[in-house]
Amino acid sequence: MRWDFIIEIFPKLLRASVLTLELTIAGISIGIVIGLIASLMRISGIKLFSVIAKIYVDFFRGTPLLVQIAIIHYALPVIFDYVPVAIVSGVIALGINSGAYVAEIFRAGIQSIDKGQMEAARSLGMTWGQAMRYIILPQAFKVSIPPLGNEFIALLKDSSLVSIIAVEELMTTGRLIMGKTPLVAEIWFSVAMLYLVMTSTIAVLVNYVERRLQIGDSSQKSA
Amino acid sequence: MIVVRNLHKKFGNLEVLKGINCHVKEKEVVCIIGPSGSGKSTFLRCLNRLEEPTSGEIIIDNIPVTGDKANVNLIRQEVGMVFQRFNLFPHLTALENIMLAPMKVRKKSRKEAKEIAEELLAKIGLTDKKDAYPEQLSGGQQQRVAIARALAMKPKVMLFDEPTSSLDPEVVGEVLNVMKTLAKEGMTMIVVTHEMGFAREVGDRVIFMDDGCFLEEGTPDEIFNNPKYERTRAFLSKIL
Ligand SMILES: Nc1ncnc2c1ncn2[C@@H]1O[C@H](COP(=O)(O)OP(=O)(O)OP(=O)(O)O)[C@@H](O)[C@H]1O
Ligand SMILES: [Mg+2]
Repeated sequence: MRWDFIIEIFPKLLRASVLTLELTIAGISIGIVIGLIASLMRISGIKLFSVIAKIYVDFFRGTPLLVQIAIIHYALPVIFDYVPVAIVSGVIALGINSGAYVAEIFRAGIQSIDKGQMEAARSLGMTWGQAMRYIILPQAFKVSIPPLGNEFIALLKDSSLVSIIAVEELMTTGRLIMGKTPLVAEIWFSVAMLYLVMTSTIAVLVNYVERRLQIGDSSQKSA
Repeated sequence: MIVVRNLHKKFGNLEVLKGINCHVKEKEVVCIIGPSGSGKSTFLRCLNRLEEPTSGEIIIDNIPVTGDKANVNLIRQEVGMVFQRFNLFPHLTALENIMLAPMKVRKKSRKEAKEIAEELLAKIGLTDKKDAYPEQLSGGQQQRVAIARALAMKPKVMLFDEPTSSLDPEVVGEVLNVMKTLAKEGMTMIVVTHEMGFAREVGDRVIFMDDGCFLEEGTPDEIFNNPKYERTRAFLSKIL
């Protein structure tokens, strides 16, 4: 191992890691918004909405993210005739892709809440929307935190795929450095370590949030 | 106060309510008894449209409950319901459980809602538990909070679906006492219960429900001591 080389490329890799993190956070944020909407559409009981949501979820979970990135960055610009920006395409792809997974996480979370909760809320005169907002979603969100954490970690790793459209995140940066030096092992072990540090940090944070939310009330059931 | 005409309810091919007719006067306390599966819960749940009646007519306080024009959320504000399994909101404290609907549905200010909630907590004897979460309360305490939560909407009618049957025997009394007070204050109540003591003490009328029909009804004394039907007698002999 050439430690001096690792130290030399480290600042560059660190900056790239920040971009990786930013891409992932932007992606998961979009994913949570889309996922929430899709999960509500899915369980709304309105046929058209639930079919649209199901098609969306099935498409993005059933095709490779790499292909989705290619569609968003190469295919759509041809169809709609615009000039794509790599980082924007990357964030959109990650967001829409994680939205499909988050939708399923929220749906499972919502369905895990005792149906007596909805009935109690409705029996008090709340509308479906009020019951969702004040009663069901706060509880469902809490149940969803561990799987959301896993999705965050999975997305962080998957964000390396946007390197095919040359977004200069951690993976791309590793490849660019590789083009200029024979010290390949140093690069890729460093890149791997940085991914590992990021994923473990997220895991610890999620764990902490989860435990914090359990203080005061830990039960999901009502009786 | 409550008028039910020829109410039918089917789940697929299963006919659970077979043409129910019923009048409940203001301030009347009606107890419904009957074997498991006879449709008692379904009947109550039709009254606030938690179940969709298949046919028939329901009118509560001159507001139509059935029909396309019925404003379901409006009716539910006038009809409080207490469930066998409490269904308190586990992420909210006792106080917040009671405050939520007055704030969101009745559009009361936080201050007003808090006053209503604190008054009700005092009434059910749980002022010291106002900041407790449901899981920190005993079953009896949870059910009392659930009653207070329904009362906070100032309903005209209260429906109780076996409110004490998932409670330990030693806390049944505290819940029944709250219900008795309510009855004495003149609340119109329909109570599905097998607590005969309660039915005798505060019930104006007892209805025996069997296989989707109101088979027999009368004063508690008539039903418990002099049932006309063999089915009623057989049922009573099992539970008394
Ligand atoms: N959502 C539903 N779908 C299908 N069948 C149902 C549904 N709800 C109730 N039933 C059926 O309707 C019948 C009456 O049920 P209901 O709960 O009203 O009885 P009950 O008199 O309240 O009984 P219990 O004393 O056990 O509470 C039962 O046979 C039950 O299986
Ligand atoms: Mg029942």
